[in-house]
Amino acid sequence: MEAKEIQTDILIIGGGTAGCFAGITLGEYRDIDVLIVEKANVKRSGCLAAGVNAINAYITEGKTPQDYVNYAKRDAEGIVREDLLLTMSERLNRVTEHMEKLGLVILKDDQGKYVARGDRNIKINGENIKPILAKAAARQKNVKILNHVNITDFIVENNRIKGAYGFHVDQPICYTIYANAVICGTGGAAGLYRPNNPGFSRHKIWYPPFNTGAGYSMGIRAGAEMTTFEMRFIALRCKDTIAPTGTIAQGVSAEQINGQGENYEDKYGLTTSQRVYGTVEENRKGRGPCYLKTKGITKEQEEDLYKAYLNMAPSQTLKWIETGKGPSQENVEVEGSEPYIVGGHTASGYWVDTKRQTTIQGLFAAGDVAGGCPQKYVTGALAEGEIAAEAAAEFHRANPYEPVKKDTRKKKQKEYEAYLKNDRAVLTTGQLEETMQKVMDQYAGGISTNYQYSEGKLRMADEKIMLLLELSRHLAARDMDGLLRIYELRERLVVCQVLIAHLLGRKETRWHSFAENTTYPEKSEDGMVYVNSKLKNGKIEILYRELVTGGKVYEHTDTAE
Amino acid sequence: MSIQIQQNKCTGCGQCIEACPGNLIKRGEGGKAWIRHIRDCWGCTSCLKECRFGAICFYLGADIGGRGSTLTVRKEGDVNIWSITDREGRLQQIRVDQKKANQY
Repeated sequence: MEAKEIQTDILIIGGGTAGCFAGITLGEYRDIDVLIVEKANVKRSGCLAAGVNAINAYITEGKTPQDYVNYAKRDAEGIVREDLLLTMSERLNRVTEHMEKLGLVILKDDQGKYVARGDRNIKINGENIKPILAKAAARQKNVKILNHVNITDFIVENNRIKGAYGFHVDQPICYTIYANAVICGTGGAAGLYRPNNPGFSRHKIWYPPFNTGAGYSMGIRAGAEMTTFEMRFIALRCKDTIAPTGTIAQGVSAEQINGQGENYEDKYGLTTSQRVYGTVEENRKGRGPCYLKTKGITKEQEEDLYKAYLNMAPSQTLKWIETGKGPSQENVEVEGSEPYIVGGHTASGYWVDTKRQTTIQGLFAAGDVAGGCPQKYVTGALAEGEIAAEAAAEFHRANPYEPVKKDTRKKKQKEYEAYLKNDRAVLTTGQLEETMQKVMDQYAGGISTNYQYSEGKLRMADEKIMLLLELSRHLAARDMDGLLRIYELRERLVVCQVLIAHLLGRKETRWHSFAENTTYPEKSEDGMVYVNSKLKNGKIEILYRELVTGGKVYEHTDTAE
Repeated sequence: MSIQIQQNKCTGCGQCIEACPGNLIKRGEGGKAWIRHIRDCWGCTSCLKECRFGAICFYLGADIGGRGSTLTVRKEGDVNIWSITDREGRLQQIRVDQKKANQY
């Protein structure tokens, strides 16, 4: 394996929504060298690969950023960081205008104002939103992009970030990248639980299957504090294609009905988790299948839905046309997805301050990997990319570069090479991945148990995931692609381990479906805290932190322990 | 659900290999592209959009309702022209103007 070294001022890991926008923001700081490292190619990588149908986080006329904070807080039953939500919300409209300047098509009325869809949404054509972002990032003179390199570890000494290790996904090259500040924008974690379609279409899931929780795993192993992993995200989606439902629900005002044709929307509440729970319950009580009632919409509406889905989830349009029954003739069946860990929808992720600095000095987090700030969607990830970029630049200017004291390059290279040299493996990466998904499904609240789990089952899950982590050390890689798949699996296993600890840590059921604990089926007063965690001496320690609410702002005070 | 790369149309330009967000497409012997992880396609259709030779089509697996139709896309100016061909060879096209915002 060839070894390459790169030196930069600010390293951005992950060239997705937050990472690209951080790059664009840092383009203003011409004296700072910036490197974006991306596992695939920035042009279509991450959540926006297929496009997006609407901007779902926007402060529409007559509303304020504080209204958005209140909405997100209500939806999460209080477990949010209000300081993070407010600092994000204040930037939502500005980053939207920035995207329009870069070329995003946004629907406007006669007076040149954006046309709202509901309270917080505006209408766009988002099919090419990722190429627009990637192109703008690449245009910045001080920003370089390194595609097809997978980062596996941070370099951290005395709780201070110094760079990262990784390897090329096709060529036998390992990288050591030294940096004074690092922005982690690797996204959330999918593929932890057995998916809706476990066979041939196992990757027809909602969240990108290539977001494997790399950033969480790196941070956890480096001792960074994480928050609220137990607030899993489960999406209510179109059956089989797992395509978004909001476009139908809001676009043609489709009601949620059960198999008997009854509207069950108001029966279980209207928060994101309650909408999923309602569908689960209706099915459990024998009143399924559940649908979005679209039968009877006009042909024109149907055509518009075909186009809208081609701009973000083409499988759904293909399915409608292929079966010969569009939504005007047949209601759209809905189901809950498998659970994901994703800080752009719920509050799971790095524990950060308002500048999005993690508990590791010089390491910032933005987008789905950053915790405490749910309902980010695209514009929230852009806003956090901007906040983290400004803060990383400030950090870089205020702190001189500290060279690495202990050289561990050779050790890391040997770790990679051991998988490539191993010729004694019997078990495969694919087998262990399926086993992990089975364990999580059955013992940690997957689809097959209606998302429910008990303390006893979680303890079983923990034991089994620990064993899989050990077994994964002995896997073999035929080539660099095989090596990538091993590291993706190991990242997921670390995320599973921490997720289980968090599920055990919240001794209540605050959110149906998202964290449905049958040992503690009720909401508890004691639950009004954040469940945080840290890896210490190989053990995950759970710590409870007081809520940051009512205009208070959290700053790290105990980072350097 | 996955993609099919027609070897007679593939020129080996490598654009799909470059674009796939999951690094699922590789260069085979003879330099042409092939999908190494056929079950791991997310369905984003990035590769279809990148291919200038119309060599890649997208289809739904039978497990999620696929009945043998294929989907391709090509760009004409600001318009994406999506073509769905069913298993009997019947063609249906949908034109989506990229300068127009979604109605929903």
